[in-house]
Amino acid sequence: METKQLQEPAIYVRGLEKSYKELEVLRGVDFAVDPGSIFALLGSNGAGKTTVVRILSTLLSANSGAARVNGFDVFTQGASVRESISLTGQFAAVDEILTGRENLILVAKLRHLPSPRGIAEELLERFSLIEAAARKVADYSGGMRRRLDIAMSLIGNPPIIFLDEPTTGLDPQARLEVWQMVKELSKRGTTVLLTTQYLDEAEHLADRIGILHQGKIIVNGTLAELKAMLPPAKVEYVEKQPSLEDVFLAIIGDTATTTDVTAQETGKES
Amino acid sequence: MSKHFLSDTSVLLGRSLRHISRSMDTIITTAIMPIAFMLLFVYVFGGAINSGAGPYVNYLLPGILLITIASGISYTAYRLFLDMKGGIFERFQSMPIARSSVLWAHVLTSLVANLVSLIVVVLVALLMGFRSSASVLQWLAVLGILVLFTLALTWLAVIAGLSAKTVDGASAFSYPLIFLPFISSAFVPTASMPTPVRVFAENQPVTSIVNSIRDLLSGQPLGNEPWVAVAWCVGIMIVAYFFAMAVYRRKVS
Repeated sequence: METKQLQEPAIYVRGLEKSYKELEVLRGVDFAVDPGSIFALLGSNGAGKTTVVRILSTLLSANSGAARVNGFDVFTQGASVRESISLTGQFAAVDEILTGRENLILVAKLRHLPSPRGIAEELLERFSLIEAAARKVADYSGGMRRRLDIAMSLIGNPPIIFLDEPTTGLDPQARLEVWQMVKELSKRGTTVLLTTQYLDEAEHLADRIGILHQGKIIVNGTLAELKAMLPPAKVEYVEKQPSLEDVFLAIIGDTATTTDVTAQETGKES
Repeated sequence: MSKHFLSDTSVLLGRSLRHISRSMDTIITTAIMPIAFMLLFVYVFGGAINSGAGPYVNYLLPGILLITIASGISYTAYRLFLDMKGGIFERFQSMPIARSSVLWAHVLTSLVANLVSLIVVVLVALLMGFRSSASVLQWLAVLGILVLFTLALTWLAVIAGLSAKTVDGASAFSYPLIFLPFISSAFVPTASMPTPVRVFAENQPVTSIVNSIRDLLSGQPLGNEPWVAVAWCVGIMIVAYFFAMAVYRRKVS
C-alpha cells in the first residue's frame, strides 16, 4: 500500500471550498504533504483548520475541490481513507467511564487487529500509562488523557495521522511530551498533519508550514523559506533572560525533555 | 453494509453495557418512578378505582411497564448525546468501522437496560401481590410487545440524542411519553372519561398496547387489539428509524 503511493503525496488538497450557509470557511485551499513528513497548518482561531482536518478524515463534505489521502479520494473512497488515517481531535476523544487499558483494547478491536490485549499493553508501556491502566479515564490529568488519546490513534499503525491542535490546553510539560511523540512518529515514517495556533509549535515540529488565513493558504514553505520572505535579520545583542517556561521546567526538574528540545532547536537553526 | 457490521456492533455494545454496569443507578432511577406510581395507585388511589375483578395491581402493571420504558429511553438519548459531545463519536466515525454500528450499539444497549429495569419492576409487582395465569407462550408474547415498544421509543430517543443541544434537551423529550399512559386505559377504564378525552384515550397507541398485555397476562381471549398494538409499535419504529437515520446522515456528512 505504502510503496505503491511513494511517488504521490500522502495528502493532496486542491481548490477545497466549504461554506456553512452564508459563511465561507474555506475559499480554495491548496497544499500537499510528502510521505513521512510533518506538515503544520498554522492559523488563528476560526481560520478553518479544523474544517480542513474534518474534511480529510471524511467527517465532513466539501462544496468543491479535490482531496486525496494516501492516494484515495476523500469524497468517493471514504472507507479506504479511514483505513489509512487516524484522527486525534481537538478534545481528547477518550471514553471517560472505561479504563485506559479498556480504551486501547476497544480501539484495537474496532480496527479488527489480532491480540488487542497485547497491543494495549505495549502502548501503555510506551506512553508510561502502566500504573494508571486500570483506572477510569475520568480520573486522568489533561496530559495523561492526551497521551492516551494519541496512543489510541497509533493503534494499527496508520500511515497518516491528523493531530488537531494537539497541545491546546496542556501544561508546558505535557506539551513537550506531545512534541516528543510527534517527532518519534515522524521518525518511524508516519506522515503527520498537525494544526496549531502556536507559532513555536510549528517552528519546532514541522518540515513544512502552511499558513491558513481567511480560508486560503497564504504561505506554504519550510521554516527557512518562510524566514527568507522577511527582511534579513539584523544582529542585536540582548541579554538572554530565561523565559518563565524555562524557569518552570527547571524548578519541576524536567531537565531531560527540555534539553532534548533545545538541542534539536539549535540543530535546526545551525 | 460493511462486512464488519456485526463484530463492530458487538464490540460497541460491550462498551455501552460496561457503562451501564458501572452506573447501575441509571437502572434503579429508571425503575424508581414507575414503582412509586405503582405504590401510589395500588395503596392510595386503587381502593377507589373500579377496575373489575381481580387485584388492582394486576390491572395496573401493563401501564407501569410502559412508563418504565418511557423513562428508560431518556438515558439512551443521554448516552448518545454524551458520545456526540465528547468527541469519541468522531473518533469512531473516522475509523474503518461499519458506521451505523455506532447507532445500533446504542439501540441494543437501550433494549438490554430497559429489560433489566422491567424485570426489577415486575419483581416489585410480585411482592405487591401481582399474579398471572399466563402460559410461557403468553409471557413470550408480552415480552415481544414490550421489545417492540422499547425499539419504537428507542429510535425516537436516538432522534433526540442526535439533535439535542443540551443534556436537558436530550432527556426532556421523554416526559410527554411518560404521561401518555395516564390518558389511556392504563390506570382507569376509559368508560368513565368525558367523551373527547375518551376518544383520545381509546385511539392512542398506549391503550391498545396496555389492553393486549393485560389480556395476555390474565389469560383473556384476544381480539384484534394485539394486532393494533403491534401495528402502532412497528409504525412508530419505522417512522422514527427513518427520521433518526436522516438526522444521522446529516451529522456525519
